[in-house]
Amino acid sequence: MIVGGISIRELPRKKYLLPGNSSCPGCPEALGLRYLGMALGDRVILVVPAGCSTVIEGLAPNYSMRFPIVNVPFASADAVASGVATAKEVLGEDAVVVVWAGDGATADIGFATLSGAAERGDNIIHICVDNEAYMNTGIQRSSLTPYGAWTTTTWTGKKERKKDVPLIMLMHKVPYVATASVGYPMDFIEKLRRAASIKGFKYIHLHAPCPTGWRFDPSLTVEVAKLAVETGMWILFEAINGKVKISPSSLPYRDRSRRKPIRDYIKIQGRFRALTDKELRKLESMVDDVWDTLIKFT
Amino acid sequence: MKLVVMHLTGNYAVAWAVKLSRVKVVSAYPITPQTTIVEKISEFIESGMMDAKIVRVESEHSALATVFGAASSGVRAFTATSSHGLMYMYEMVWWSAGARVPIVMAIVTRTIGAPWNIWSDHSDFMSQRDTGWLMIFAEHNQEVLDSVIQLFRITEDPRVYLPGMIALDAFILSHTTEPVDVPDQSLVDSFLPSRRQPYTFKSGDPITMGNLPSNPRDNMKMRWDVHESLVAAKKVIMEVDREWGELTGRSYGGLIECYRCSDAKYFIIGVGAWVGDMREAVDMLRSEGYEVGLIKLRFVRPFPAEELAEVVRGGKGAIVFDRSVSAGSAGPLYLDTVAHLGALNVGVPVKNVIAGIAGVDVTYNDIAGVVRSFIEEIESKGVVSNYVEWYFG
Repeated sequence: MIVGGISIRELPRKKYLLPGNSSCPGCPEALGLRYLGMALGDRVILVVPAGCSTVIEGLAPNYSMRFPIVNVPFASADAVASGVATAKEVLGEDAVVVVWAGDGATADIGFATLSGAAERGDNIIHICVDNEAYMNTGIQRSSLTPYGAWTTTTWTGKKERKKDVPLIMLMHKVPYVATASVGYPMDFIEKLRRAASIKGFKYIHLHAPCPTGWRFDPSLTVEVAKLAVETGMWILFEAINGKVKISPSSLPYRDRSRRKPIRDYIKIQGRFRALTDKELRKLESMVDDVWDTLIKFT
Repeated sequence: MKLVVMHLTGNYAVAWAVKLSRVKVVSAYPITPQTTIVEKISEFIESGMMDAKIVRVESEHSALATVFGAASSGVRAFTATSSHGLMYMYEMVWWSAGARVPIVMAIVTRTIGAPWNIWSDHSDFMSQRDTGWLMIFAEHNQEVLDSVIQLFRITEDPRVYLPGMIALDAFILSHTTEPVDVPDQSLVDSFLPSRRQPYTFKSGDPITMGNLPSNPRDNMKMRWDVHESLVAAKKVIMEVDREWGELTGRSYGGLIECYRCSDAKYFIIGVGAWVGDMREAVDMLRSEGYEVGLIKLRFVRPFPAEELAEVVRGGKGAIVFDRSVSAGSAGPLYLDTVAHLGALNVGVPVKNVIAGIAGVDVTYNDIAGVVRSFIEEIESKGVVSNYVEWYFG
């Protein structure tokens, strides 16, 4: 299989996330970490704020990863990464400094830090592993939880829409912004490699369906991830120097009529079980709105 | 030895010390009265006088985070802040100590709101005493410069490997110009070896720091080791101060410095810039016949318990001046002092004076007056009636 010039045969076989780690069955973060290893391998220094990945690492003195990991407080990740990258520049050492942060550490508690590093153009890649709620603390809502979704702090469904962080990062005029999905590994790997080749601040937003928090069968992680793209709920794109290009896997769904019904996406997840038809129509119009806004930048 | 005397504010003395220590990464967020430290360092870097990078972050939390990232990745790093800035970075203060990353931070001591107030007291600095950092106070601008350089050496000593913070009083030192001997770069280079640290993050080397422990007892041992290393730092502090004395002719006694203590019966105990006023008060009281001496604590962490006990033992009383308070209890310096003196069987009455909070001016006349009353009360009654006294001037 060859996507975007990368052959799966060329990817390193070395495992950067070891078997037997403490992720939940069907964990999208575990998928994402494997792809990160395949894409960038030994060049990575990972900066990890509090979140599920803190647990996936395993309990010291055991360790489930082959990346160096700087574990850091919640709101500090991008600033720590800036420090690491600056030190490596001073020392003349090669390193791809990657922040691996959830939706909380990206869009909420860590947002000022993210924005600061982006505005300064610090030489790091921020990956937002978006499982659309605070999963590690027990499925509480975040600003990236979609409209209508149940969480343990929104029992009747979230009343607010999902914050559009990729577009906010685009408005920081950073050299690279992309979205990705754990259902499209080659697309993600290609974007990671492109990001690593660019100096300055890079942002990749990785959609990460979470069986535990979204209430679906752990065997369906990739299927749910793909449905998100096929229904237009999640749009894969890439923006180099501000120019947005819809990625090939999402391109057909620019045409609304080619998208699968959003109902297909939400009905296989328990978190939307209380969604009324009226709320579904509101959710659909929000999705159209996200597309309309994004297309203006293409 | 050649003396190069410059006229420096306390803040510029910090900046010069940072430059002489060959710091490679500086990160900070402006706050009065710290700001001119980083302004000066920026000027050094942009004019090519200093080979370092400065990361101009969006908050103090990020300032210490950036410095932590740089220091844990192999370079000497520095930040500075005050008051609310220190409160905002509090989480990173703990994290840096727990991670055993040598870092030096200057705290220009300023009171904490509400209400807004930029004047000096020690509330910000003293509130950090449980974090695991080395904590040193400076009395004057020469000591500021010397202590910053010493602190890099102490924090990077393998027997210590902890971060350290230095306090200089807002405006009294930070914005007041004094003659300061700025040593040669070659002298500092001979004193300060290249960067040492317990581990370094680099690509291809899969180490981790800070993941969850499988056994909380291991975690408790890490905390115990922070404590043990602070206690072990006492020896390093003494060595470093002695060596600096040999190189520059300036020594500060290491942990504590005594002034007119040898035949004293009563002891004033204090930290920071107003120690200078306490010296004047001692001279004044001595001229009146009072047998009083001064113990200046340089370090509050590690707390020089035995060193203090040795001086006070056999005396008739001690009076501790705190420029901060643990509300609902007493001044933090007093609490440490009475706990350790008591445990070490130094059975003298100890009084606490809480003064100078929020920048209230305290003169040597004020200090002498309070000490005079204290001595007279002990001499006449044998006890202290009001052992925690708030002095408003």
